[in-house]
Amino acid sequence: MNDYVNSVARQFKDIAPAVDFWTLRLTSETHEAVSVRQGVMQPVYNHHAFGAMLTVVIGDGCGYAATSDLSLSGLKRAAELACDWARQSATSGLLKAHDYPRPDARACYETPVKQPWHDMPLDEKITLLQDANTALKISDSIVDWSAYLGYGCDEIVFVSSAGAHIEQRFQYIQPSLSAVANKGSVTQFRSGGGYNASRQGGLEQLALLDFPDAAAGLAEEAVALLTADECPQGNMDLVLAPSQMVLQIHESIGHPLELDRILGDERNYAGTSFVTEDMFGSYRYGSELLNVTYDPGHSEQLASYGYDDEGTPAQREYIIRNGILQRPLGGATSQVRADMPGVANARQAVWNRPPIDRMANLNVEPGDSTQADIIASIEHGVYMETNRSWSIDDSRNKFQFGCELGRVIENGELKGLVRNPNYRGISATFWRNLAAVGNADSFTVAGVNNCGKGEPNQSIYVGHASPVCHFHDVDVFGGAQ
Amino acid sequence: MSDRVPNAMQDYFYSLSDALFSKLQGDEQLLLGFSGEDSDFVRMNHNRIRQAGSVAQRSLSLDLIRGKRHAQASIELSGEQALDMAQLDNTLNRLREQRELLPEDPYLVFADEINSTEYHHDNAAIVSHDAVQQVIDAAGDMDLVGLFANGIQYTGFANSMGQRNWHSSANFNLDWSCYLSKDKAVKGSYAGFDWQPAKLAEKMDSIRHQLSILSRPSITLEPGNYRAYLSPSAVNEIINMMSWGGFGLKSHRTKSTPLLQMVEQDRTLDASISLREHHGRGLVPIFTGSGFIKPDHVQLIRDGRYQDCLISSRSAMEYGEVTNVDYEYPGSLELAAGELNSADIVKQLDTGLYINNLWYLNFSDRNACQMTGMTRFACFWVERGEIQAPVDVMRFDDSIYNLFGTNLLGLTKEREMILDPGTYGQRSDHSIELPGLLVSALRLTL
Repeated sequence: MNDYVNSVARQFKDIAPAVDFWTLRLTSETHEAVSVRQGVMQPVYNHHAFGAMLTVVIGDGCGYAATSDLSLSGLKRAAELACDWARQSATSGLLKAHDYPRPDARACYETPVKQPWHDMPLDEKITLLQDANTALKISDSIVDWSAYLGYGCDEIVFVSSAGAHIEQRFQYIQPSLSAVANKGSVTQFRSGGGYNASRQGGLEQLALLDFPDAAAGLAEEAVALLTADECPQGNMDLVLAPSQMVLQIHESIGHPLELDRILGDERNYAGTSFVTEDMFGSYRYGSELLNVTYDPGHSEQLASYGYDDEGTPAQREYIIRNGILQRPLGGATSQVRADMPGVANARQAVWNRPPIDRMANLNVEPGDSTQADIIASIEHGVYMETNRSWSIDDSRNKFQFGCELGRVIENGELKGLVRNPNYRGISATFWRNLAAVGNADSFTVAGVNNCGKGEPNQSIYVGHASPVCHFHDVDVFGGAQ
Repeated sequence: MSDRVPNAMQDYFYSLSDALFSKLQGDEQLLLGFSGEDSDFVRMNHNRIRQAGSVAQRSLSLDLIRGKRHAQASIELSGEQALDMAQLDNTLNRLREQRELLPEDPYLVFADEINSTEYHHDNAAIVSHDAVQQVIDAAGDMDLVGLFANGIQYTGFANSMGQRNWHSSANFNLDWSCYLSKDKAVKGSYAGFDWQPAKLAEKMDSIRHQLSILSRPSITLEPGNYRAYLSPSAVNEIINMMSWGGFGLKSHRTKSTPLLQMVEQDRTLDASISLREHHGRGLVPIFTGSGFIKPDHVQLIRDGRYQDCLISSRSAMEYGEVTNVDYEYPGSLELAAGELNSADIVKQLDTGLYINNLWYLNFSDRNACQMTGMTRFACFWVERGEIQAPVDVMRFDDSIYNLFGTNLLGLTKEREMILDPGTYGQRSDHSIELPGLLVSALRLTL
């Protein structure tokens, strides 16, 4: 763990303000990235930040101050600002003293890493990316292509006046491959090799994400899509690969179940929810095949952690069980406000933003169907993979999503590629048409790198894992051309 | 609330710059970029404070160059020179080592003419505590939710050849909505440099009036084509979507632009559509991270035809053009005004959909610049020039060639300046100036 950050935490205890309660979250962020585009090495990205988020509670008031000045004078100044805000919110605040959690846990958590990022020298990383570029450039139709390899390490120390001392160290691997094909006024994209599917861990994750081996196949698909038929239009069966299930879970299960949205905090920005507090425990969200968990147990998944940023221990919970809504995605503060159980998902995206309810790892649990069985059961439908377009209303109900690639399913067989596949529906009814859930063979760990929410805005990693899934009666269509 | 010593940050940046330039070896060159803010953020819900705090952040970007080889880093600064220089010393050494492992960069380019500039928009400090209380008082019994952001933002550039640039701006941005029930709400925004409680009260009164209309029973429209008026805020969402790769030179040369049909097939928009990136407005820094000075404006679309692209320094080298922006994404757009009178736009709409806000747009067919999205907040059904009732949220799916082309009836004479309330990473300095837009048909799908 970062010695400097720990020493700042120790020193702060000597100058901590005399308030009812305080927490200090110290962060050391290190990010590096190497990329090659069209065979040309791009500038290497090196980023490092230290930052502190200090939160104080005075009476019924709470205030925060974030600063990159970790000197004692800097932290004292931050404490003064946080106290000023706490005093104002004591008279004009939404919450009361008992709403704020008072964590006291002492614990450590660390991402398991088999092959550390720094084990591979920079020149080897460049060679790997150059080779991927060569594999992506399969014809003149490929007009842009690139390979990217990123790394992040966040070291966080969380201490509180109640005695909490939680040290966590997260390491992330972010590979991606992309190919752009063009012919006249038609352009098609393919992405993969970990694109929007970053993981925790080390370089051992690359092979699991098919990086860089996916390169040639992605380029071939991009070129093939140029002359593929448009996706058929009509009400039909739809099979979603895990690479699209990620987005389907994220937008139409994850966001509507965030408790702070249900409590109204997000109404001005990210939106509200069609889900209300009285629906938990009884509302049929999906068919009986739908089982959704908040699961910090997949260590390679993006939002696995030991404790959230309010100091609550993370443990697996069913969010939806056999189709029935169980509990919301709400951290300790939201749980008190709503008087209902939730999960440990109060998270800060970066050092200078306060914790709010986020999705963390939200997964559809495997069912018992093989992918082959699912395809064989469909007379007429479309299979879609890799999200490329997402839009949903502010209550998270009416959605329209698009994918990079589709395949027609006819008489139980996968047929040729179709381009510009889109579908639309309504969350409240879509999941009730879940007809089959793939088994563990198709269960894939992925996530979303840039979930945006909050005022001030925060963009954060969330994890989603899912098998392939089959839905009945979906409105499917292609592009405008 | 936050520290407001206008020149202190500039002095600190230049002092760090001088110290770093003194450590260069041989023919090394160093480009430095500074970005920082001292901001207060007060999040509100149910017209009470939900989360209130202050953020002080400063980051320094370094590009250490020798010949055509270079290495880059960005570092969060503490503001304490001794602490920062210790960290930056290490960073310089690490970049020096890393640079030798990297191949030459054929697209490296930076300004080699000295163009120093200085711009301060440091008005009298606004006391956030007072402003927030005024918001609460002005909203009264309305269910207000949103964010008050206030503070000073800094951007700087310095290079080892002697160029110095500085841009600082103290401003506020109150972005809020008042809810009637469920998803029925009216959006408000008040942003600028001079906080005036009377102006805030005026905006709150307007929202009260709209909420009274919103309280009427809502109607649900069937999918189909509807005559519609799009307010400047709604037009902003459409332009934002076009900006996802629409105007950058790289996206044009790699055929990724959603305006591909304008480029490849000479497809046009209505002749009344002229769009430009207006750097001269003064809200974004006039200099780039490579030290280039941006032109007053870049004309993107003129009289419905695509004209020029936004060109970063890397694209300029790659494609043999001239740099005109920092990043190939607009931050100061202006859509030319039309001739419709905003005051009687409801009469001119006659019968159709009055859309105050759109939300969550994305492409349904990027090649055709066809986009989908939702109506949000206060949208009304109008009949014979009179507002009848609020409309439940609806999904649209339509092409820019329809909305800004064949179905465009006109643009308003009056334009609205919208200061971006975005706060990802740091407070946005983007703005856009837009008219409203009347169309003969907008396709609703769900």
